[in-house]
Formats: sequence, C-alpha cells, structure tokens
Amino acid sequence: MRKFIELFIVVSLSAGLAQYSFANEFVHIPGGEFRSVIPEGEGDNLIAVADFLMQETPVSNAEFMRFVLHHPQWQRGKAVSLFVDDQYLSTWDNPISLGPEAGLLKPVTQVSWFAANAYCGWQNARLPSWYEWEYVAAANESNADARALPQWRQEILSWYSQVSGNGIDDVRNSTANYYHIFNIHGLVWEWVDDFSAFLVTGDNREQGGADQLQFCGAGAITMEQKDNYAVLMRVAMLSSLEARYTTRNLGFRCARKDDINQ
Amino acid sequence: MSKPLTKIFALVLALAACQTYTSEAAAQQSDTGGSAAGDFGPPQGDPIQAVLTSAPNVPPPVNRDYPAKVIVDMEVRELDMEISEGVTYTFWTFGSTVPGSFIRIRQGDTVEFHLKNHPDSKMPHNIDLHAVTGPGGGATSSFTAPGHEAVFSFKALNPGLFVYHCATAPVGMHIANGMYGLILVEPPGGLPPVDKEFYVMQGEFYTVGKYREKGHQPFDMQKAIDENATYVLFNGSEGALVGDNAIKANVGDTVRLFVGNGGPNLVSSFHVIGEIFDKVFQEGGSRYQENVQTTLIPAGGSAITEFRVEVPGTLIIVDHSIFRAFNKGALGMLKVEGADNLAVYTGKEVDNVYLGDKVMANELSIVSDIAEAQRSGMVTKEQQIQAGMVLYNGTCSVCHQQNGEGLEGIFPPLANSDYLMADQRRAVEIVLNGLSGPISVNGVPYSSVMPAMSQLNDDEIANILTFTLNSWGNEGGVVTSDEVAGIRAATERPEGAAD
Repeated sequence: MRKFIELFIVVSLSAGLAQYSFANEFVHIPGGEFRSVIPEGEGDNLIAVADFLMQETPVSNAEFMRFVLHHPQWQRGKAVSLFVDDQYLSTWDNPISLGPEAGLLKPVTQVSWFAANAYCGWQNARLPSWYEWEYVAAANESNADARALPQWRQEILSWYSQVSGNGIDDVRNSTANYYHIFNIHGLVWEWVDDFSAFLVTGDNREQGGADQLQFCGAGAITMEQKDNYAVLMRVAMLSSLEARYTTRNLGFRCARKDDINQ
Repeated sequence: MSKPLTKIFALVLALAACQTYTSEAAAQQSDTGGSAAGDFGPPQGDPIQAVLTSAPNVPPPVNRDYPAKVIVDMEVRELDMEISEGVTYTFWTFGSTVPGSFIRIRQGDTVEFHLKNHPDSKMPHNIDLHAVTGPGGGATSSFTAPGHEAVFSFKALNPGLFVYHCATAPVGMHIANGMYGLILVEPPGGLPPVDKEFYVMQGEFYTVGKYREKGHQPFDMQKAIDENATYVLFNGSEGALVGDNAIKANVGDTVRLFVGNGGPNLVSSFHVIGEIFDKVFQEGGSRYQENVQTTLIPAGGSAITEFRVEVPGTLIIVDHSIFRAFNKGALGMLKVEGADNLAVYTGKEVDNVYLGDKVMANELSIVSDIAEAQRSGMVTKEQQIQAGMVLYNGTCSVCHQQNGEGLEGIFPPLANSDYLMADQRRAVEIVLNGLSGPISVNGVPYSSVMPAMSQLNDDEIANILTFTLNSWGNEGGVVTSDEVAGIRAATERPEGAAD
C-alpha cells in the first residue's frame, strides 16, 4: 500500500510538471568548420564539427525534477558525495519540491557534471563537447558566426557585468539564435562533456609549463582574438570546476548524434 | 691673507664637507638583506586571525617580536555598488569593498590564506599577492570556483607595502572591476608610530556610458584595451574620500598614507594639494626620499607617504595627471582641524579652483535646498543666483575666472559682455552644446573651444546662467529650468557629450 502511495505521488507530480513544461526539442545543427579559441594542436585552430542535435534551451528545473523522480539516486541527500558537492540542488525547497526560488521554467543550476551527464544519458543523449557548444555559441540571431561583431561581444560581457543576486530568468526568455537555439549566452554557464580537458591554469599570465597542455598560447590568443575574450572567460569558468562541483549559475543542456542525417 | 689663498681654503672646506656627505650616503646604502634575511624560522605561538579593514582604515600595527602563523579570511563577492552619484557598476571585490581589505603582517610571518568565492559569484577568482615569493604569487593555488574555498600558505620574506590582485582570465577585466588591495609587511621593528594612518588606492574604470552618465554602467572591454578610462578614482567611488567621507586629521599630526595603485593601466602622479611629503617610501620599499611634491606610483605598485599637517583646512588628494582629477573623479580630501597658524599660511584657501565641478559639500547643500524649491516651482531669482554662484565657482570660474572677466584673447569675459547679454537663448545653447570658432566679445576676437557642459542638469544650467546674467554689472533676466529643457530637447549635443 505504502509503495502504491509513493508511486501515486510520483505520477501525479510528474503530471503536474508536464503541464507547465514544454518539450525541450533537440534541434539539428548542420556541421561545419570554425576557428576555436582553443587550438587543437600547434598553430592550427580550424575545427571541424559534424552534424549533431542540441537541445533548444538549458534543462529546466521541471525537466530535472522529472529526472530525479524517476531516478531517486540523483535526489538531493541521496546522490553519492563523490558525484555531487554539498550545494547540489540547494536552490530547491526539498529533494522533490522546487519551492519559490526554483521556478519550473528556470534553468536547473547547482548540478554537477556527473548529474548532468546522467540526465543526458536518460535522454539517450550526452553533454555537448566544448567545440560543439562553442560552434553554436558563435552565432547571433542572423549569422552563424557573429564573433567579429562588437555587439555580440558586448552582449556577453554585459551579462558578466550583472550580479546574480536578482535570480535567474526563465529559459526561452530571449530570441533564438541562427540555429534556433535559445539562451546559449546570457542565462547560465553550461557544462560541456570534455570540460576537464582544458586544464587552463588559474593564472592566465603563465605562458609555458607542463600543465598548460591545450591552452599553451593563452596569452597570444587573447591578444589575437580579443573578440573571443568573452568566450575565454567561459573556458576559465569551466576550468575552475571539478566534476562534482555545483554553482548557482551553472546548468547544462544535452546533445546527441544526428542519426537521421548521417 | 691674499685672496687666492682664501679661495683654496674654501675649496678644501668644501671637499671636506663633500667627503663627510658621501661617507654618510655610503652608510645609508647598507641593505636590508632582502628575502635571504627574511626567514626568522617556523611560526611561534598560537595562530593569529588577521585584522582586515576596508579603506580608508588601516589595521593597527602588528606590535610583535616573533614570527607567527597569521590566518587571513578573504571573501570574494560580485556586487552592484555606486561608482558615482546615480551611477552603479558591478564591482568584483575582495571583502565586499574596492579596494579590497587591507592586510597587515610582520616580515617572517607565515600566512595561511583562505580565499572564499561567494556562491552568488558568476566568475571563478584567485589572488596574486605581490608579497608572495613563488610562481604566480599564489594565483595558481587559489583558483576558486563560485561557492568554494581555496587555502594556501606563504612566508612573507620581504618587508614592504605590496599590491594584491586577482589574476584570473582575463586578468585585465578582473582588475578593472576592482579586484585589488594592499598588504603591508612590516619590518621586524615595525614602523615608527605616527598620529594617523590611512589607506588610499587608485584604480580606473571603463564603462560603456560616459563619465557620470546615470544608471547601471557595464564594463567596456574596448575602452580598457584602448586605455581610455571613464573614471579614475580613489577608493572605488567618486564620493569615497570627499564631503562627509573625507579623511580627517588635527593640526600637528603626522599623517601616513598607504597608497596603492591597482591600475589596470594607468600610473598615478600622486599629489596632495597644499602639502609636501616629508618622506616618501617610493614604490613601497625600504628607503625614503624626503621633501617630495608628487610621487609616481606604478600600476600594481605602491608608495608610503608621510607628512606633518601644520595648518587647518582641506587638503586635496589628486592624481596630478590633472584631467583625471577634474574630469574623471581622481579626487579626495583630507580635512585638517585645529587653530590657524598664520606664520605658516595666511589667507584664503585656493581649493575652489582645483575642485573643478566638485564644489565643497556644505556649499552643495545650498544647491540641494534650492533644487528642492525648483522642483516645487517656488524658486526665486535670488535663490537661483545664489545656487548658480556656487556652481559657477566650482566649474565655470576655472576659465571665465571668479570675477567673470575671463582672460583677454583666450577665455571670453562674461562680465559686461555684449555677446552674452545679446541673446539669452544662445547662451543656453552654448552651455549645453559648447562653442568653437571665432567670435567677437566687446570688440576682442576669440577663437577657442568651450566643451559642451550638458552633464549639468537643467536646474544647474538655469541657475548658472541666471547668476551670470545678473552679476558683475550684468543686468539680465531669469533662465528657467523649463527653458533649458526645451532647448536641450530641440538641439543636438556634439559627439562625446552627455545627453
């Protein structure tokens, strides 16, 4: 009987959430080549990105609530501390109730890379790679690569210039970009699959050293591509994290291989 | 005695004097031993929690004769705060203030540094202390994500006044947003006692909007790259060291200023108007120069200045790269109270000229009283003239002179000016939009440039003009705020001027 009641609660909660939420569709992103802020090897930073699918918006609280209702092992208090830090889902009222601070349509934050990764697995998807994310993030409303436009850069820097105390907006609160993707800038930071491969040193003035790996021209890049300052800050943010960390402005969205177009 | 012999005698004396001087100088040159002499062994006694203060306050002297373990707890917060009246900016701070908290320790101390990045922060941050010996100055060991804490330790081997700052990518932006402060490492014997110690730190800010443009102003990366600062400030806001916030001393006090320059780009020509630094420890180091008027402080550097205040009055602290003081906010005040000393200084203070458009706080209260009357529409011509005079003296007199006579051939006169009195509307337009090119005033040709003063509001312009139209023998009418507003709406501002 008890089991039945619990099941009933889960089902009714899920139903309630469904009516507030919309489908976070996977959108087809046509592949192409672009210059990344992070060179793949010596000298050349021209990166080829294959066709893939990416979710329209960051994953919302409502969507993530559905996930933890289906997967109690990812609920706050139950998730293994190897995979999440103390602040995991701390904006929620309790492990299965969002509360006033965590609106249904707000992006879920205070999620670790492990939790985000598990969520995407549940969606038969994965986290986007940094290059996929950066490729999509280069766009504005009308151009696939708007990075040379001062306005593009200023909009991103303006978001950095706002304190986060006033809370985070709902997803889909702005216009979609060229790929019909929402909120790639200006809402939250987003986990990427390979964030731990950056190994950016905390001190961005260092130019050498064994721990530089992929990021050894950091200084030179910032000088040559000052338009990408805005994106480099995202790299710096991601590189400060460990996979179990969660922060108030860090969410994620999922990506998937495009089976139909390949 | 014949004359040549006297000369030789004098020469010998001179040489002897010279000899004495050089040997004294040589004695002074013995060094402090640097970092090699700075390790006094492992920390002794119980760990000590460092006292941190926000500017302009300085923690008390260390007063300790052994090396200790000192724990510093520093919290990083990203905060919206006022940068100028009616203008807010998102500052990134060490300890919720710009500049960051002042740290005071003793040479040989082991510092256990706890850097906490508040959960509300968007950015990761770290700290590079110039007092640290080791790669990155602590930056690599203190890189901290929002909602996390990093701990690292270092031994302070060199005495001096050191800058600390954030070194997270992009370093320039983190510093431009206010992430810097000072750490004082006292030599083992401490510093000689003085009556007053203050913490002053310069830094410049780059905003999308113009100087004093109201509202929230985001950071402008391009201006920062171009080193084209919107604000140059002491202690992080235009009002930080003026009016009620001025630092205070009494006649006879010896004052010590710990001065830092966070940059990110500009070096400071640090000067106190009306004082001579008795001592300056240049670049925050161990030696001092004496009797200095202006000292250069590098970005990411410091200086300790000491001086005795002899007469009462207001000393003005400026960056003597002087447009920064007039037009970008690099201005502070040290108010000295006590009895006059007419033998040292007589007469009127000259502050008005240097204050630019920052008139004294008590005078400004007249202006605000009248502004209140203006809002309710109950203002009289006399009130307007009174308010206009204060503003005129603070701003316009710098060129047109306090007596309105200008400088012949350079700054046109306003007193008995045929050009001014001929057309009241034109006068409003000139104040709003500036004027350049040849004109003739009282038969004398002028061809200079007056910048648009459109950053003044309608009330202020109305009052200034009503004052000028009714002073120094001028007998004219009243300019109303509505009239100015109408002309402001109907005319276009030149490029670069406030709307």
